[in-house]
Amino acid sequence: MTFQATSSRFWLARPFTERATQLFLGVLFAALLIVTVLHVAVPQGSALHVNAYTVNLFGKYLSYALLAVAVDLVWGYLGILSLGHGAFFAIGGYAMGMYLMRQIGDRGTYGDPVLPDFMVFLNWDSLPWYWLGFDMAWFAFAMVLLAPGLLALIFGFLAFRSRVTGVYLSIITQALTFALMLAFFRNEMGFGGNNGLTDFREILGFNLRSSDTRLGLFLASGVALALGYVLCRAIVTSKLGRVCVATRDAEARTRFIGYRVERFQLFVFVVSAMLAGVAGALYVPQVGIINPSEFSPLFSIEIVLWVALGGRATLYGAVIGAILVNYAKTVFTGVMPDAWLFALGGLFVLVTVLLPKGVAGLFSHLRRRDSTYSREASA
Amino acid sequence: MRRFLFWALLCLLAGFLPSAAAQTSAQDSDPGYSLLETLNVDSYRDKGEAITAILQSDDERARGWLQALLDGRLQRTDDGRFVIVLNNTGRSWPVEDALSGEPLGEMSRRELDRIGINNALRNQLRSAIAVVDLYSPNVERRRTSADRLLGEVDDELFDTLTPLIEDAEDDYVRRRLIQAVAIYQTENGEMAGVEALAGSLHPRARVALNRATNAENPAVADAARAALASVEQNLKINRGVETLYFGLSLGSVLVLSAIGLAITFGVMGVINMAHGELMMLGAYTTWMMQQLLPGQPGLALMLSIPAGFLVAALAGIAIERSVIQFLKGRPLETLLATFGISLILQQLVRTVISPLNRTVITPEWMSGSLVINDALSLTLNRLFVMGFALLVFVALMLIMRRTRLGLEVRAVTQNRAMARSMGIRATRVDIMTFALGSGVAGLAGVALSQLTNVGPNLGQNYIIDSFMVVVFGGVGNLWGTLVAGLSLGVINQILEPWAGAVLAKIIVLVFIILFIQKRPRGLFPQKGRAAEG
Repeated sequence: MTFQATSSRFWLARPFTERATQLFLGVLFAALLIVTVLHVAVPQGSALHVNAYTVNLFGKYLSYALLAVAVDLVWGYLGILSLGHGAFFAIGGYAMGMYLMRQIGDRGTYGDPVLPDFMVFLNWDSLPWYWLGFDMAWFAFAMVLLAPGLLALIFGFLAFRSRVTGVYLSIITQALTFALMLAFFRNEMGFGGNNGLTDFREILGFNLRSSDTRLGLFLASGVALALGYVLCRAIVTSKLGRVCVATRDAEARTRFIGYRVERFQLFVFVVSAMLAGVAGALYVPQVGIINPSEFSPLFSIEIVLWVALGGRATLYGAVIGAILVNYAKTVFTGVMPDAWLFALGGLFVLVTVLLPKGVAGLFSHLRRRDSTYSREASA
Repeated sequence: MRRFLFWALLCLLAGFLPSAAAQTSAQDSDPGYSLLETLNVDSYRDKGEAITAILQSDDERARGWLQALLDGRLQRTDDGRFVIVLNNTGRSWPVEDALSGEPLGEMSRRELDRIGINNALRNQLRSAIAVVDLYSPNVERRRTSADRLLGEVDDELFDTLTPLIEDAEDDYVRRRLIQAVAIYQTENGEMAGVEALAGSLHPRARVALNRATNAENPAVADAARAALASVEQNLKINRGVETLYFGLSLGSVLVLSAIGLAITFGVMGVINMAHGELMMLGAYTTWMMQQLLPGQPGLALMLSIPAGFLVAALAGIAIERSVIQFLKGRPLETLLATFGISLILQQLVRTVISPLNRTVITPEWMSGSLVINDALSLTLNRLFVMGFALLVFVALMLIMRRTRLGLEVRAVTQNRAMARSMGIRATRVDIMTFALGSGVAGLAGVALSQLTNVGPNLGQNYIIDSFMVVVFGGVGNLWGTLVAGLSLGVINQILEPWAGAVLAKIIVLVFIILFIQKRPRGLFPQKGRAAEG
């Protein structure tokens, strides 16, 4: 990445002066526009028509891309390999799912005006306290940010304060998401247990099954990705971002210079968790279900692969990686489902051994002989 | 069987002999026939003596005969054979031979002659049936018979049993008989029974004591209450021991699965996410061995120990050479790459063998359980796994402390450059260490095949737990792994009864996560320069 001294006064506006960001946003919005036009304006029978299913699929990829950007922020720029980002994603998703559940109202199978179907089924007579307020959109959307953020704050505060780093941090983040998965599988937790939350009907009054709503969600995911990307870019190009990179490359030295390393780590970790939560919240209405499998350690480690494949510490690489891997997954699981795990496993090995800088590394290698990416970035 | 063959042969040779004659001679040679023949008298007193004779004959069929006699189903045919009527409704009854148990088709009631009994004989028969096996020369049968008597004693049996207590040669049988009698006495509110039952852990004894707390005699009721309290106390201790046993068993599984990791992760600093899959390979090796040696599960299991080690170690060497050596000094990348390998191995097993679980047979000498007392019995397979875990631990300790390889491994761990300049071939040490750690994973898999299902997901279920054990115990410390594994197992089992299995696991995970915050280097952190990592 480049740290050119930019003249912009406001830190959040600074990314817009970068060529890479301009290019990224240009490509992203062009893609959004093309898909929208092909979906709306081109008649159904045409070969160029993009159907609602595909729009929905792209929307899903975009929410994954935002999640990948969140992981890249902590892994690429802070050197923290989180194997538990799926947890923040899933919590954001559950917050959205709870809102959507409450929106069903009395149209559920059991027709209870307040209680979701699974609670009626389990003979609960009232909403648990943590479900209160989720009938209001603003509250639910705030929770999409606050709930993962709070978890990240508590977890990060404990972890960074006692200087748990490197592999240890990776392992305990994995344990965190594993513990949450086990917890959410329990019916007693009040999140639908094994089946999770599903059978959603509408969001903000729009029918979730209509193709217009799906297009809207797709566009919302694209905009959220753009905003998330700009926010991350702003963070990493700020002074704070430079401290982060310094921490990544030589944590002890940065601490000796006088920076309170753990505060920077905590801040960026929490921002990243919130972004992951937003990604989860955008993902849930598009796939129509949220269940504890999103907490599985396998999913979290897959996210890391997206970032590794795309090339870490570039942000746009994470987006490329997420879309590539998930597109491959869609194709593979459709054509030969057995081969998918071979392909995924092979990708893990190939990317780490042969392509340590990912696809983005290939780009910059082609563009310039001398990559500015620090070779020291090992952890 | 041999007798049957002999007679069948004889029948064939002397084809002219009528088969009925052969049967009659077969009957004559059977001691059971003469026993039954003594029942064929008119005097009830003689019949009573005949019953006693049958009782003391130790014939395995005695119980059936006596029961049939009591029900009036033991009958004699006109040609002098004894049969048992299976169903005496309707006109013709299905019968079987009382001696051989062969079904003889249906017979009309006219052909049969019932052996009659009176009320006195009926009572005698009832208690005789209850105690019939107590006369057996076979100790095992006497014991099971005595076990069956607990809580079944009534007035008549009481009279029958009391003299038997004195005669019982086997200590176990005598104690059981005393208990059985005491339960009867306790339920009748007698002090003697309550006193005899104090300290007995059998559930029937508790029921009897519970009933006796309502006895009319207040002294008996008080004594029963006191006895019950001491029994409850005793049971609590036994349950504690049982929890500890299960905890240690779970712990030893954790130790087994984590100790290989402790070597590769702790000593080499290599994160091997495919460790669980190496365990899976070990378990599948056991299964394969049993497929190759059908009918000999014990031998197959013994052979699987070296075979599982070898298979996993070779797989480990392949992983080290093909991937890990290129990722030296990049632990996070190693983690990702080995995770990829774990996915490939899992899918490989699913594709090549089957996505379904395979059953591995537990050899006979490992199944069953060790009965300590009425409230406590320890399953043998878990006991074996515990011993095996301990053995593996000791062997690894010796390798690391006493062999040249161990010395070289420690040297390379502490200071790679200096070790190399002393002439240690660090690359070779890496390979050997990784092979050792992987081989131990294979051993863990062999042991696990005796406790859980062998399936493609076997490894996945243990990998997070194993990492937790290593991190909790302190990386690079085998003792830490042992203590951490055992204590996590016990903690889990203590939590389970009141929190449930899943919640117990969650609590343990959260506990470790918090513990790492407090002591980032585990229970037994490495000291000195090795700690800089």
